[in-house]
Amino acid sequence: MKGNFIDNLPKIYGIYTGGFVGFIIIMAIAEQMGMTAKTIGIAFVAFTVFIYALIGYLSRTAQADAYYVAGRQVPTVFNGMATAADWMSGASFVAMAGGIYFKGYGYMALLVGWTGGYVLVASLLAPYLRKFGCYTVPDFIGTRYGGNLARFSAVVVLTVASFTYVTAQINATGTIASVALDIPFQYAVYVGLISILLCSMLGGMRGVTWTQVAQYIVLIIAYLLPVFWISNKMGAGFFPHFMLADEVARIGELEQQFGFVKNAAADLKSVPKGLAGITKAHSAVNATPWAFISLALAMMMGTASLPHVMMRYFTTPSVKAARKSVGWSLFFIFLLYSSAPMLATLSKLSLIDPNLPTGIIGKTFAEVEAIDWYQNWNQANLMFISDFNGNGTLELNEFFMGGKAVVLATPEIAGLPYVISGLVAAGGMAAAMSTADGLILAIANAISHDVYYKIIDPKAETAKRLLVARVLLVIIGFAGATIAAMEIQGILGSVIWAFDFAMSGLFFPLVLGVWWKRANRQGAIAGMLGGLIAGAWYLVWVRTGGSGFLGITQLTFGIFGSAVSLVLMVVVSLMTAEPDKATQKMVDDVRVPSGKSILGKSH
Amino acid sequence: MSNQQKHWEKTRGLLFITLAIWFVFSIGIFLFGAEMNEVTGPFGYPWTYWFTCQGSLGAFVILIFWFANRQEKIDEEFGFSEREDE
Repeated sequence: MKGNFIDNLPKIYGIYTGGFVGFIIIMAIAEQMGMTAKTIGIAFVAFTVFIYALIGYLSRTAQADAYYVAGRQVPTVFNGMATAADWMSGASFVAMAGGIYFKGYGYMALLVGWTGGYVLVASLLAPYLRKFGCYTVPDFIGTRYGGNLARFSAVVVLTVASFTYVTAQINATGTIASVALDIPFQYAVYVGLISILLCSMLGGMRGVTWTQVAQYIVLIIAYLLPVFWISNKMGAGFFPHFMLADEVARIGELEQQFGFVKNAAADLKSVPKGLAGITKAHSAVNATPWAFISLALAMMMGTASLPHVMMRYFTTPSVKAARKSVGWSLFFIFLLYSSAPMLATLSKLSLIDPNLPTGIIGKTFAEVEAIDWYQNWNQANLMFISDFNGNGTLELNEFFMGGKAVVLATPEIAGLPYVISGLVAAGGMAAAMSTADGLILAIANAISHDVYYKIIDPKAETAKRLLVARVLLVIIGFAGATIAAMEIQGILGSVIWAFDFAMSGLFFPLVLGVWWKRANRQGAIAGMLGGLIAGAWYLVWVRTGGSGFLGITQLTFGIFGSAVSLVLMVVVSLMTAEPDKATQKMVDDVRVPSGKSILGKSH
Repeated sequence: MSNQQKHWEKTRGLLFITLAIWFVFSIGIFLFGAEMNEVTGPFGYPWTYWFTCQGSLGAFVILIFWFANRQEKIDEEFGFSEREDE
């Protein structure tokens, strides 16, 4: 191949995509020839993880700017794909369609929140932070506001938010690895962790960038192929996104016909933990405007404060490219997010419509219990039926399912070959791994660059800095895996908390750092620490039985935290001296794309 | 007013327009979610449902590309766009 690596990217990833499609076809043929479902699952996960590890190895580097910001040469569209993989976690992949399935409109605030936040990223922050030329988010805070305390406070907020997030991702890789490879979860977590570290250890940001592009390709194929296939197989429509209106309406009709019968508390006790029934309308507005808007708003502001996302835009060649790249990121995210509600619709209709061959509502218990897929998923603890009213037929309120089953089980219910389930496992693994990589790297880079190099030992040589960065990567990874192995919270809850923590401590210090020249060090420190403490306090208060106020829940506590942060930052800034001339000049320079970046190429 | 101040003034103007459009699609329409869902919207989906599934999400994608193009024009107008060798 002629020319350098960057020029050849479309060709390289084109061949890669072709190779992956070829692999799927080979597996499909192998399935026809009698390969067992278990072997296919192992082949999918092992093959894809091996490819990521290979990319990680080929991207190894000994240079600081390659390790921290991938040499700032990642083209717009590819950075968009990498960001999309970085962004869409195991939760987006495995749990989102399930959430929509069970909670409908109220839950879909997350779809709006997790996309709308990119408008804030593009307009308020990304291009300016790219111009700044920082390696990490605390690098910006530390230089803009000056002083080690400001820098350190940013590292604290970053670590709290990202660490909350990363345990959920390692947990997700563990879940998928344990199902696909058929090993106990406690070991699977570490298998997942080692896969994650293989991508990031040698190449840092460069390795993570090129593996994330590869992971995006796997995860988007794994998500879209089943959605289109199921829709066509059910006769619901050739292009589901534009053609499921009748199906949505039909679900509404069936909901009317069955009614949402409330189960007695005693009956619900027999339902296994983590499973839920359909209790909310599918497409009707089932949340108050404020409940919807507050959740969307918290997720949007959280998006614009999460360092692992922001640092992806440090890798583009220019300010202009950073802006466009945000657009591409959101486009690639849109492809998956707009498909999740379609999958939820198809999944629900295929289960509850008595007119469809797959529908189980209205069948007798003996009939349902004889179905193969019901037995499989019942064994996997993701489906459960119980004849509460003793009439022998299954009612809507007597059917329970786990949220993950929407993505994992629907292909099997619709009668797709097992190769699709193997593909979905590989996709979920890719989604969880790519996000975990971005997060672990964000934490390790902040500690190695901002705490070790900038605060503890500013004279350290590059080789020593990168060694410290790698050692930290492993330590943080193992700490995350150890906590994940304890299985404290569900995947989705801790993801949402991460957004709230990030917005409590970082949103206003970042935004005002660019948009308000008067913001100074004292204000920023007060804003970061005050916001984080206020948010954390509110969470603990509500969790321990506090009533909360203004309808702010444990999922939206960042709204309170960031409000405190804003007030503190403005008041303290105005009470103390304005930033010196050099700092004001720095802000002016950040605001125009041309000219040298504030921090040097290697710093 | 210096060139840079004028550039920033225009940049800020663009920010306000962008945030106003963002507000409509992320918050504004959901203030009237229940009322709007009674009406049939694009492709036959109820309006509010369609916005949460596709409409708002797609609007954000278009909005970011539109914003990026406008901002590039502003940068060029005042001679602040990047040269290739920087």
